[in-house]
Amino acid sequence: MALRLAGDFDTSYAHDMAIIRNRGQWGMTIAFLIGLFALPFFADGHVIGTLNLIGISIIAVIGLNILLGYTGQISLGQAAFMAVGAYSAAVLVKAGVSFWLALPISGLVAGLVGLLFGLPSLRIKGFYLAMATLSAQMIIPWFFRNVRTDIFGGMPGLTMQPPRLGEIVFNSQATMYFPIMLTVVVCVIAAKNIARTRLGRALIAIRDNDLAAEVLGIAQFSHKLRAFFLSALYAGLAGALWAMYARTINPDQFSLLNSVWYLGMVIVGGMGSALGPILGAAFVRVLEEVTVQLAPVLSKLFPQLEAGLLAALGPITFGIALMLFLVFEPRGLAHRWELIKAAWRLRPFAH
Amino acid sequence: MNWDLFPQFLATGLLTGGIYSLIALGLVLIYKSSRVFNFAQGHLLMVGAFTTWWFSENLGWNVWLAFAVAIGVSALIGLLVERVALRPLIGQPILATVMMTLALAQTLQGAAIIVFGAYQRSLPALFPIQPLVLGDVRLKLNLALAFALAMLGFVVFVFFFRFTRAGLAMRAAAEDHQLAQSVGLSVPRIFGMAWAIASVVATMCGVLLANISGVELNLSIIALKAFPAVLFGGLESVPGAIVGGLTVGVIESLVGGLPQDPALRALHLGDIAPYIFMLIVLWFRPDGLFGLKRIERI
Repeated sequence: MALRLAGDFDTSYAHDMAIIRNRGQWGMTIAFLIGLFALPFFADGHVIGTLNLIGISIIAVIGLNILLGYTGQISLGQAAFMAVGAYSAAVLVKAGVSFWLALPISGLVAGLVGLLFGLPSLRIKGFYLAMATLSAQMIIPWFFRNVRTDIFGGMPGLTMQPPRLGEIVFNSQATMYFPIMLTVVVCVIAAKNIARTRLGRALIAIRDNDLAAEVLGIAQFSHKLRAFFLSALYAGLAGALWAMYARTINPDQFSLLNSVWYLGMVIVGGMGSALGPILGAAFVRVLEEVTVQLAPVLSKLFPQLEAGLLAALGPITFGIALMLFLVFEPRGLAHRWELIKAAWRLRPFAH
Repeated sequence: MNWDLFPQFLATGLLTGGIYSLIALGLVLIYKSSRVFNFAQGHLLMVGAFTTWWFSENLGWNVWLAFAVAIGVSALIGLLVERVALRPLIGQPILATVMMTLALAQTLQGAAIIVFGAYQRSLPALFPIQPLVLGDVRLKLNLALAFALAMLGFVVFVFFFRFTRAGLAMRAAAEDHQLAQSVGLSVPRIFGMAWAIASVVATMCGVLLANISGVELNLSIIALKAFPAVLFGGLESVPGAIVGGLTVGVIESLVGGLPQDPALRALHLGDIAPYIFMLIVLWFRPDGLFGLKRIERI
């Protein structure tokens, strides 16, 4: 925010705090929102399906960003918390609860489980905490696979009825798009504002120097737990939406690999920024989509390669992209976007 | 509970634990010298096993010769990985190195599928396949020999660190990078060496495991069991890696094998026991048995 638009002065406290700063930005925001929600009427089902997947990833990654980007705690368990959300939604819907009520409840349930696995952060941090969340990532899918298979369906998992609202049944990509994007918009706004509150600033202080933060009167443990709760809450919402999106859920959909991908999205997008998770999730999912489209072409060009080309291209492009980002752009796409914006505002001067 | 089978499960657990401790040794080697925790150790292991398979199957070499060549190849892979991926991150926060090794794991996975194909392969047997009977305890001979080989590997490394110039240099670098550099040791070269050795150790594990369960992509998952082992033993300790590996192997085998109640057995508690153990270790003694305690000052 160092560079303001020309002629944009803070003439009131409200304006000082405003995110959307002038009429032009208001216009663009409203146009973007109208475009976002009008899209399913024009675009084809495949594009909308990809956007739905991106939306679900954005929610999970925003949560991870609160924990990783703002609080500086590494979590290898985001997919496991998503599993908690997905399973609570599926179980609640099966018990006759409306999906629209089950969605926030499953977020809360995931948040509470996240709180439980955040408890070790009392004593440990950094790499050791990553290991504690890794064990969450191992224990939670194991729980859904083996414990109470009469409720959780065991290995084959659970199937969820598509939610309804009056006459509308949310069973196609175009109809599912609306609840997913609505949740994304709410989550983005909430996350942006959490970062600007007392809580968000306290979390950033803990990230930058936890001992100094403690000395300044920020109770480290309770703030870390709040970050864990929020992060898992977002994961739970993403998981419940995933249950709607995938219809059938099973423990294998929430593996360590998925958690690693969410971490990768945070890094690619840029840690500790509101825009980062959106850019990161979109970038990685689009990259994945490109490799899916590219694999048949490549296997025609190089027929001597083994049949598993599609299975190979996904991890290899993700891995290499992540490595390149870590070495050449460790602050992610959001930082690059800030630089571009600054350069545009300073034009024609270089600095 | 079925205590008659206790010695049997104890022995099986110890033997599997030997493999875990060898994987843990690779992790400790890298962590000790460069403060990087290598999440890609399992994938190095998998690639090593596939390389051995490739030389022995495609080129028709004797399996021991293929093993030896694969060890050379894996040392080169280790050097390459350190130079390309980890060297640019020296001085970066811990998250960057964690993410880098995770990215590396993905890349190795993809590369292995492209080069070797996503099929289960089998290696020619390194050891005769027959049961080894000691009193009441029946063991797989190849597992027992793999254990013996793993322990031999340990002895070699203990001597390496105690008496060779390179080993002493690595210990010095582990102690303090700046001090090591000021007495004329090349720290980047030591990092490279640590990665090369860890990659060689991974290949040894990979081949020993492949001899028992076949060569497949899922071999990399076994390395996850070594994480609790390393944490229990202490991230910087070579003897800790042995103790931790054996402990985790025994816990896994006993918890998975002893309960007789079918309802309990259906839970597959053995799969999860190492991670619950890891949580307990992290809660009560995060530095592990022989790890270094870190004291922080502002």
